[in-house]
Amino acid sequence: MDLFVTALPALGQAWAMILQPAVLGYLVLGVVMGLAVGVFPGLGGIAGLSLLLPFMFGMDPVLGLALMVGMVAVVPTSDTFASVLMGIPGSSASQATVLDGFPLAKKGQAARALSAAFTSSLFGGLVGAAFLTLFIVVARPLVLAFGLPEMLMISILGLSMVAVLAGRVALKGLAAAGLGMLIGTIGEADAGGSLRMATYDIPYLTDGLQLVIVGLGIFAVPEIVSLLRQDRAIAKNAELGAGWGDGVRDWVANKWLSLRCSLIGVVVGVIPGLGGSVVDWIAYGHAVQTTKDKSNFGKGEIRGVVGPESSNNAKEGGGLVPTLLFGIPGSGSMAIFIGAIALLGSGDIEVGPSMLRDNLDITYSIVWLLALANVVGTLLCIAASGGIARLTTIRFTYLAPFLFMLISFAAFQSGQNFEDILALFAIGLIGIFLRRFDWSRPAFLIGFVLSNPVEKFSNQAFQIASFRFRDSFEAGMQYIFSPIVIVLLIITVVSVVLGLRQAKSIMAEGDVQAGSKRAPLVFLMVLLAYVVAALINANMIPDYNMTDKIVPLVVGGITLAAVLIVLVQMLLRPETDSIFADKEMAGEDADAPYGLWSTLAWFAGLIAATYVLGFILALLGFLVSFLRVRAQAGWPKTLILTAAGIALMCVMAGALNRDFPPGLLQDVTDLPWPMN
Amino acid sequence: MTIKQLATSVAAATLIAAPALAEVDMSGKTIEWVIPFSETGGSAKWANFFAPLLSEELPGNPTVVVKFMPGAGSTKGANWFQEQEYDDGTLLFGTSGSTQFPYLLGDPRVRYEYSDWVPVMASGTGGVAYLNAEDGEKFDGSANNLQDIDFIYGSQGATRLDLVPLLAWEMLGMNVEPVFGIKGRGDGRLMFERGEATIDYQTSSGYLGASADLAEQGKAVPMMTWGALDDDGNIVRDPTFPDIPTFKEVCEATDGCETSGEAWDAWKAFFVAGFPVQKIAFLPAGTPDDVAATFAEAFDAVRSRDDFAAIAAKQVGKYEVFVGEGAKRATETGTTVSPEAKAYVQNWLQEAYGVTLE
Repeated sequence: MDLFVTALPALGQAWAMILQPAVLGYLVLGVVMGLAVGVFPGLGGIAGLSLLLPFMFGMDPVLGLALMVGMVAVVPTSDTFASVLMGIPGSSASQATVLDGFPLAKKGQAARALSAAFTSSLFGGLVGAAFLTLFIVVARPLVLAFGLPEMLMISILGLSMVAVLAGRVALKGLAAAGLGMLIGTIGEADAGGSLRMATYDIPYLTDGLQLVIVGLGIFAVPEIVSLLRQDRAIAKNAELGAGWGDGVRDWVANKWLSLRCSLIGVVVGVIPGLGGSVVDWIAYGHAVQTTKDKSNFGKGEIRGVVGPESSNNAKEGGGLVPTLLFGIPGSGSMAIFIGAIALLGSGDIEVGPSMLRDNLDITYSIVWLLALANVVGTLLCIAASGGIARLTTIRFTYLAPFLFMLISFAAFQSGQNFEDILALFAIGLIGIFLRRFDWSRPAFLIGFVLSNPVEKFSNQAFQIASFRFRDSFEAGMQYIFSPIVIVLLIITVVSVVLGLRQAKSIMAEGDVQAGSKRAPLVFLMVLLAYVVAALINANMIPDYNMTDKIVPLVVGGITLAAVLIVLVQMLLRPETDSIFADKEMAGEDADAPYGLWSTLAWFAGLIAATYVLGFILALLGFLVSFLRVRAQAGWPKTLILTAAGIALMCVMAGALNRDFPPGLLQDVTDLPWPMN
Repeated sequence: MTIKQLATSVAAATLIAAPALAEVDMSGKTIEWVIPFSETGGSAKWANFFAPLLSEELPGNPTVVVKFMPGAGSTKGANWFQEQEYDDGTLLFGTSGSTQFPYLLGDPRVRYEYSDWVPVMASGTGGVAYLNAEDGEKFDGSANNLQDIDFIYGSQGATRLDLVPLLAWEMLGMNVEPVFGIKGRGDGRLMFERGEATIDYQTSSGYLGASADLAEQGKAVPMMTWGALDDDGNIVRDPTFPDIPTFKEVCEATDGCETSGEAWDAWKAFFVAGFPVQKIAFLPAGTPDDVAATFAEAFDAVRSRDDFAAIAAKQVGKYEVFVGEGAKRATETGTTVSPEAKAYVQNWLQEAYGVTLE
């Protein structure tokens, strides 16, 4: 009870600290800056916070916190713009939003999808804050109850969502997830440092592929290319249907789903080590499983937007628990947040166990600043959503070059290597073919995202379990099968069984027609070749580094089996079977006026020109020629749009203090910024 | 617009307060301080701490921005820095123990040479090892009663800074099983708190931040620090933790552990490289002396601030900051080990963990 004796006054002090004009002013400033950074895909809280860091030194703690919290809080809100309007996952927290948000935009209901998403985000953020207020003083034992076996089980629960999203042919979904996991193991293994499908001669590969690049490649590149080929606006018939009021009503109709997903978000967010990467998928799976009529998922079901969006803002609140109580950042932006807090004031706020004891008022102000920032951010976003939704009525050919520009820039920011852009292109190709042949792209992405956690937690849990078993059989069993593990295990099994039953009705790619055998079979053989190569490669790792080879071997083996069964089925079945789904046979892609390769060549051209001339000069040439030749725009329009695009890049890079990809030209000459 | 306004107002505020009188004038310039790690690590914290202070003290108050170039455990960034030539003093590079160790161990990916670079500032840290409550009861200043217990330790990898604690425990005859693959020492501490790991170590700031609290509650028992170096290069008690014995003391009290001989020399060599000289700020090869001196003076002014001890204690620990000549000497000690120590550690890594560095 003495908890409440200390907690209540601290809560009161926190409100007194927050509710001052200056604090609220800084909060709004942070929110606006967060929105400005967050709307661009791939540039999340890390970029924004790094921008604020230099000003934190010696700043009044509450003001500094207001600025930073404002910025961090709105990123999972504002990244929804890209997810819904362009089909580009704005950050790892809004990948699942793409699945139903983007189809809604295509139907001309972007404003509805956005405002439903924002309302859900707001609600999630508030639920998160309310939950934390009660929970934070007693959170420590719960966080400590999640050991490695428990975290492994949560990762596996996330992975089990593949069952729901596997598509019409479950085996293809399984193989796609396996492939995603194998791609996720590329590079130096965490445990023993062995190389998987990489060599020291290509240093880029040893670090593995970045989530930003894979997310953009798998979702953004295929959609941009497809829409560009069709040469129309995102919203069919270029009309805006339902407005933002409908979205709010949609949320009201689904408020219980929103509440449940918010709680999922806050609980998963509380557990350190998982971060945001699984939350939205678990919430999406939950939304599917609790919906009676599942036929609309993947085609624009509003519940598929409400679920993930409720969870991802709640997760930010949950993520504060490990950050503040243990000093262990739940995400990259939280790590910078910790560093920045220490710079504030006279540096006497120390994140960690002492935070609750010495700075409970500060802790509560952070929690409620987060909630307030959510309110401000949501209101701004909803106000803007009607106008921004108009983007979906613009002829896509005018948007595409700027999207290529943005995703190339975002990809480059993830590692500052030219190879980042190449990797984006390569993963984009995989994405295009996964989409074309109806192999589940969400399953691939879930596999990729969870590859590292599954490998890390299973290896470490296995090692510790084996030490426990050495003590006694009982100690080992107790460690592996804790009550939490058993509960999670049951949820996982139920969700796989239900998911498999429902998967057939959820077509993330729409109803894809089957046609000839040849193209799907060729793609399958390419996949097969990669899986076999990865297996052989993993098998070459010496046995004393078993921790580095076991996961690629097991995952590769399962994937190989799935691919082989699909191969046999392909050989036995007629070419009209849905296993031969091919978007080039019928539908939008087949009827598109432009071909795949000629469209992709524009993107390839931008990359090649960047390699030679550096990004800005290449972009200049790309924009002018694209707008003149492909979009057939007149000179005035071309020049204005080009200037606007280049100016946007320069302002962003300048403000965020980021570099552009240099080319060969920059190696031999010394050009002024931004051409250097 | 808001960003710009904020920037201008802050810039204006610093300009007014700036007495810019020196031969090397850097006003209007932007100094990039490149850190070969991600935004989230200890080196980021270190550079972000020093950057605004440095900006205040350099003549002309240039903007100092920290840039990150992570990859291959800092090898990528260091290889890149090796290629850079002196231009106008606007490039600064920060290394850490993780940059030093692959260099010392002969990692094949290392294409950088410390002696080419111009060190302007170096700072160190310490480390504390601690046990769980149950095993801690058996600790009596020596490891004699700990030798038949199986300890579990969450480790970032045997070739990283964890080399120092792992080798120390091995020398004490303790059986410590490392669980590899954790991402930072914070994760190791969490594993310890959950009871999955039974032994842990933290650098000084990490220990003060959270582990000291565990020790206070009786959930952890501090075992030893790695110590600190005195002016003659002897290991003495860590000034931050004067009450905790050093590894040297524990080793002397433990049967079978020697504070001389090749194992000890190897341990000490890597300790010196990893802790008392852990983070170094470099200017690129070919930097003229007056520019290097300007930076050294600025860092000297930073460390001489009245409030420096107080703010540094929270951020980078109460350890000496070396500048100029001192930084040069520190860098030399931190980046050289005897061929014997190198061979010993390479051999031990191969035998204990199967790590080969060709």
